[in-house]
Amino acid sequence: MEIDPLIFRFSIFILSIFVGYYVVWSVTPSLHTPLMSVTNAISSVIIVGAIIAGLSGDSESVFNTSSLFGFIAIALAAINIFGGFLVTQRMLAMYKKKKKDKK
Amino acid sequence: MISSNLSAIFYLVSGVLFILALRGLSSPETSRQGNFFGILGMIIAVTVTFLSVGNFSTGLIYVLLFILIGGSIGAFIAYKIPMTAMPELVAGFHSLVGLAAVFVAISAFLNPEAFNLGTQGNIKLGSLIEMSIGAAVGAITFSGSIIAFLKLQGIMSGSPITFKGQHPLNAVILISIIVLIYYLCSTQSSNLFWILLAVSFLIGFLLIIPIGGADMPVVISMLNSYSGWAAAGIGFTLENTALIITGALVGSSGAILSYIMCKGMNRSFFNVILGGFGATDETSSVSKKEQRPVKSGNADDAAFLMKNASSVIIVPGYGMAVAQAQHALREMVDTLKKNDIKVSYAIHPVAGRMPGHMNVLLAEANVPYDEVFELEEINNDFANADVAFVIGANDVTNPVAKTDPQSPIYGMPVLDVEKCKSVLFVKRSLSPGYAGIDNDLFYKENTLMLFADAKKMTEDITKNL
Repeated sequence: MEIDPLIFRFSIFILSIFVGYYVVWSVTPSLHTPLMSVTNAISSVIIVGAIIAGLSGDSESVFNTSSLFGFIAIALAAINIFGGFLVTQRMLAMYKKKKKDKK
Repeated sequence: MISSNLSAIFYLVSGVLFILALRGLSSPETSRQGNFFGILGMIIAVTVTFLSVGNFSTGLIYVLLFILIGGSIGAFIAYKIPMTAMPELVAGFHSLVGLAAVFVAISAFLNPEAFNLGTQGNIKLGSLIEMSIGAAVGAITFSGSIIAFLKLQGIMSGSPITFKGQHPLNAVILISIIVLIYYLCSTQSSNLFWILLAVSFLIGFLLIIPIGGADMPVVISMLNSYSGWAAAGIGFTLENTALIITGALVGSSGAILSYIMCKGMNRSFFNVILGGFGATDETSSVSKKEQRPVKSGNADDAAFLMKNASSVIIVPGYGMAVAQAQHALREMVDTLKKNDIKVSYAIHPVAGRMPGHMNVLLAEANVPYDEVFELEEINNDFANADVAFVIGANDVTNPVAKTDPQSPIYGMPVLDVEKCKSVLFVKRSLSPGYAGIDNDLFYKENTLMLFADAKKMTEDITKNL
């Protein structure tokens, strides 16, 4: 009997939880705020679903109820992606080491 | 149009890049590179989606248009937002992830053909289950984050809102969500789908209102985790590996942060979630409140004490963020360093309103991160330090947590500030902190209270140094 592809996806899911567990424990506590903003940005990869929904209309009718929800979701996710990555970048740029060559 | 196998591989690549993005945060040096990996992963995922849909009709223009609109708003916010408002920003962003998940689920429900999930009214059972879970968690994330945002922003009072029968009501709603999902999947009724969404929005709201302001670090982490699980739910629906991997990563990341925050307060996760902390214990502390003598001083006294010290430890807290005192504080430290005084910073895990809140503010004020220490790293140093400068922190320094088993914060890890030769405590008044209990530290022989606004006091001390 063939294995349901769902099982494969479920395996990926479980293994990713473990990967996430170990990776996040190794994040230094001083970077916990950037961690939150970057996880925010990457969870907006949900935009792929929104794009599929947005492109679901045909050439005659771009907008139907389904694609409309898709378009709004695209905008929401885009706010997060750009906002999340940029604000993370801005924060990380501030973390500086002590200048060794201090006279 | 590219084959679905090829796009699956690309989605896997972007999932791996997201893992590397989090991995990079293990140290500030590698973190910027990590962020770059994250951006790259996102670009790959979005590009592959365009190629795999392969529908380059007018719809594409609108997709790009909406990305542009959202992207400009996001970029604008990212550049404008002050660092002190970071908790609000993160809460706001969580709500958007939740809402996006809800909308994707709605459009998949209305037009399952576009997602290869069957036809309307006859959606594949597995997909429908995944979709409704994703939508429900997304809705909870959305309304919960909105409440968290309002509380952090100060639009809504930070004090817990409790009412009779709150917990039974929440329990009934949570059970009804499960029942609704069950019936939705067996009947495919769109009415049930809308009811499910409405009820999920409601429970997200009800779950967060009883949680008080200082428990926000846990709430934000928890909502972070929810937004991940919502994304994973949608990922299963769309059979998209990138989304599943990311959802799992974010979900476990948020869960770990919640755990760390709970440990920092020595409270169980459920204790925080059930809420109401800090609102009910007032009677015990108020009734036996007698006036005890405190020593209070001015900026001159504080400057004198610090000038004669050889090492100073600074303990920042939420009050520093409120007063925006981080820059003034760094200037004071610069002056101290010029006098060859050793200065370090001690950060309690739950200082501020979100994990790592104080670290970001200090980094903003150009404090090098190797002068900033976590509780375990620095706690033994208090005994050897001359002056502890507590600015905007309160409960996290309360020695009662170590001595009085009756205290609501008993067992919470605290900074051993009282072991310092002298303690300078910047605070506006003697009012108790969030936990509603008196801080014994105020009345210690070696404590000097500096009653003033944190920023103003710090500036005055600098002038007197």
